[in-house]
Amino acid sequence: MKTEPNNNLRQFQQVLEIIEKNNHDKTHLITILQQVQDAYRYLPPQVLTYIATMLKMPVAEVYGVATFYAHFSLEAKGKYVIKVCDGTACHVKGSSKLLDTLYSKLKLSEKKHTTDDMMFTLEAVSCLGACGLAPVMVVNDKIYGEVNAKRCGEIVDNIINAELGEG
Amino acid sequence: MKTITKATLELIREHYNKSIKSVHKRIIVCAGTGCIANGSMLVYEALEKAIKATGMELFVELELDVHDDKKKVHLNGSGCQGFCAQGPLVNILPEETMYVKVKPEDALEIIERSILKDEVIERLLYVNPVTGERSRGQLDIPFYKLQNRLVLGECGHVDPENIREYIAHNGYFAAEKVFNHMTDVDVCDTLVDSGLRGRGGGGFSTGKKWHLTRVEKSDKKYVICNGDEGDPGAFMDRSLMEGNPHRVIEGIMIAARAINANEGYVYVRLEYPLAVKRMRKAIEDAMDAGILGENIFGSGKSMHISVMEGAGAFVCGEETALMASIEGKRGMPMPKPPFPAQKGLFGKPTVINNVETLAAVPLIIRNGASWFNQYGTSTSKGTKTFALTGHVANTGLIEVPFGTTLREIVYNIGGGVTDNDGKVTGDGFKAVQIGGPSGGCLTETDIDLPLDYDNLIAKGAMVGSGGLVVMNTQTCMVQIARFFMNFTQNESCGKCVPCREGTKQMLSLLDEIIEGNGTIETIELLQEVGKCVKKASLCGLGKTAPSPVLSTIEKFNDEYLQHVLKKRCATNNCKSLRNVTIDIEKCIGCTSCARKCPVGAISGEKKQPHVINSDLCTKCGVCNSVCKFNAILGF
Repeated sequence: MKTEPNNNLRQFQQVLEIIEKNNHDKTHLITILQQVQDAYRYLPPQVLTYIATMLKMPVAEVYGVATFYAHFSLEAKGKYVIKVCDGTACHVKGSSKLLDTLYSKLKLSEKKHTTDDMMFTLEAVSCLGACGLAPVMVVNDKIYGEVNAKRCGEIVDNIINAELGEG
Repeated sequence: MKTITKATLELIREHYNKSIKSVHKRIIVCAGTGCIANGSMLVYEALEKAIKATGMELFVELELDVHDDKKKVHLNGSGCQGFCAQGPLVNILPEETMYVKVKPEDALEIIERSILKDEVIERLLYVNPVTGERSRGQLDIPFYKLQNRLVLGECGHVDPENIREYIAHNGYFAAEKVFNHMTDVDVCDTLVDSGLRGRGGGGFSTGKKWHLTRVEKSDKKYVICNGDEGDPGAFMDRSLMEGNPHRVIEGIMIAARAINANEGYVYVRLEYPLAVKRMRKAIEDAMDAGILGENIFGSGKSMHISVMEGAGAFVCGEETALMASIEGKRGMPMPKPPFPAQKGLFGKPTVINNVETLAAVPLIIRNGASWFNQYGTSTSKGTKTFALTGHVANTGLIEVPFGTTLREIVYNIGGGVTDNDGKVTGDGFKAVQIGGPSGGCLTETDIDLPLDYDNLIAKGAMVGSGGLVVMNTQTCMVQIARFFMNFTQNESCGKCVPCREGTKQMLSLLDEIIEGNGTIETIELLQEVGKCVKKASLCGLGKTAPSPVLSTIEKFNDEYLQHVLKKRCATNNCKSLRNVTIDIEKCIGCTSCARKCPVGAISGEKKQPHVINSDLCTKCGVCNSVCKFNAILGF
């Protein structure tokens, strides 16, 4: 396995660029983690170690920050991240029904967030601030307002059909 | 380094107003998050295409020198106009006609009839659901007519991405005034006189807070704008940052002048990508224009602002936690004192204000303290924005003077309470949850209470950031209490024991009640733990976390008692307490439910109505899913 170190170097090239862009500044740790997550879609453990080494801080501290904030994920996420808003307004307007529908449709649960084919990740999130349209769900960056159980199923079906069409 | 003078600001304003006059019509499409989700950007594109097809000149940004007589149309997107329930919204000026629920297909008709011929398209006007009348403009619609939109005023009128338009609306003149014509003491005194109190929750006097920071001697001070609006059900800060970012920047500049700081941060939640984008652009534009940077307005003072995106932690709305987060650490609160005014960001004196507070500041400087404090009650001055959501007809963003009653807000501005199907009902009102996870409930008996900081605290609720969730009679209050408890338990940072363990215990006690295992003692214990968490927690999150539970126990004691004594949930929201029965009128005795019931709780003869044995029933819902006649009640 001679090529492995090279591969790793190439893997970390992007992380290094992000760290350099932030001037190796420890106070920019959250920004660095955000940008790394944007690039990798999650925070792989070896990347956290790498960041800690480059910023000359304990891995535990980086790990502590990465696990403190809900936005950071230490697990890989699916191609489509579905966020169902569970803010107050959405909750009183029945967001839990949407969650139940999607959990059973995608065979996921409160403990299992991502489908085995890495296609969908389902998250219940705190308020997205579009309460006027409650209940709200977001697929990647597209916001759907006034969704009911039937419509959220259709939205997912459309994605699956589009994927099948492409594949 | 480029600097700008008052004369230049005046010149920009004059040019802009002149060029606005040369425009035949203006079309403003709401581009707030709500309207975008409803497809307003598609409407915008369709309008753009339709205008081009007519051969009229289209401006998306006004040119400074236009002198010919050709018909010109100015099309721009605006920030949230507040009436999210009716989006996408399209306004046509100078007539101020407002079209609601506009679709891309309507674009051609709007251009042909309303732009070319000055006609009004009746079917796109707002229809008052009570009177059936159509309203032409914002001022005819009760939702707007009954509000005082001071802070939100320019949201929905100005293009948030155009700094010149903000200047044309007298923007940055207040900043120029404080940098060149007022002392730091004057600025703080004006704020004290205005009576402005923090809009983020605590309600501390803004002027006093600035004074406390001003008197600290330090080589470096900071101003932080707290845009970490974590309260689920509130979106006023998002709307302000999206709809009028320059006003927020001007507020930060004035705060910086008042305490002699030269660096500022805007901390925005990551759930608000559009707000982040618009704030960043506004800061860049202000730098380019010479409004931010070095030697501001020739005063010799400098000011730099950066935007920091949060990473999803509710506790970061707490000021000391927010500062830890800016420093790149876990967002955990610190004991106070020392207060941020003495030892804040990076150990330096810091003023930290909420977005809405800062957005009110330029208006106070521009119009004077006495103009501002004519609104409101004796202890709470000015206006407050509320996010009106839940079971109410007109959901959206509203702004009313302090002292307005709940009745006015829910029935007159909000258009009444709706049932679960969205229809307005006369007697559906149950409660209003105000102040989010830190707040409490107001009920029918409080409906004529003038809302202000002190009245709400006396009622066990709080203004908080201003989330106002209306709930109808089909809502279970124990479930609502559990919802908030679950939220705060999730968001507890874990630093202090009372909050970390207490919220967990409170949640499991609530679960006991909801699952039908509760007794009178459960409720008493819940109250006891709640009081302890309230007293002993370190920061505001923990201190207020029990409020929704304590408030609902107090106001809806009967409902709690029904859950523990009769094991019934009157609204059928608690799964385990459901009273599942069969409607004998609808049941035709097809036997499919009896065959599918996993516990054999359903019995009955063929072609005769069936019955459910409630002792055996586990409320699993299988019968409901197989019944083709909607005969199962209780789901």
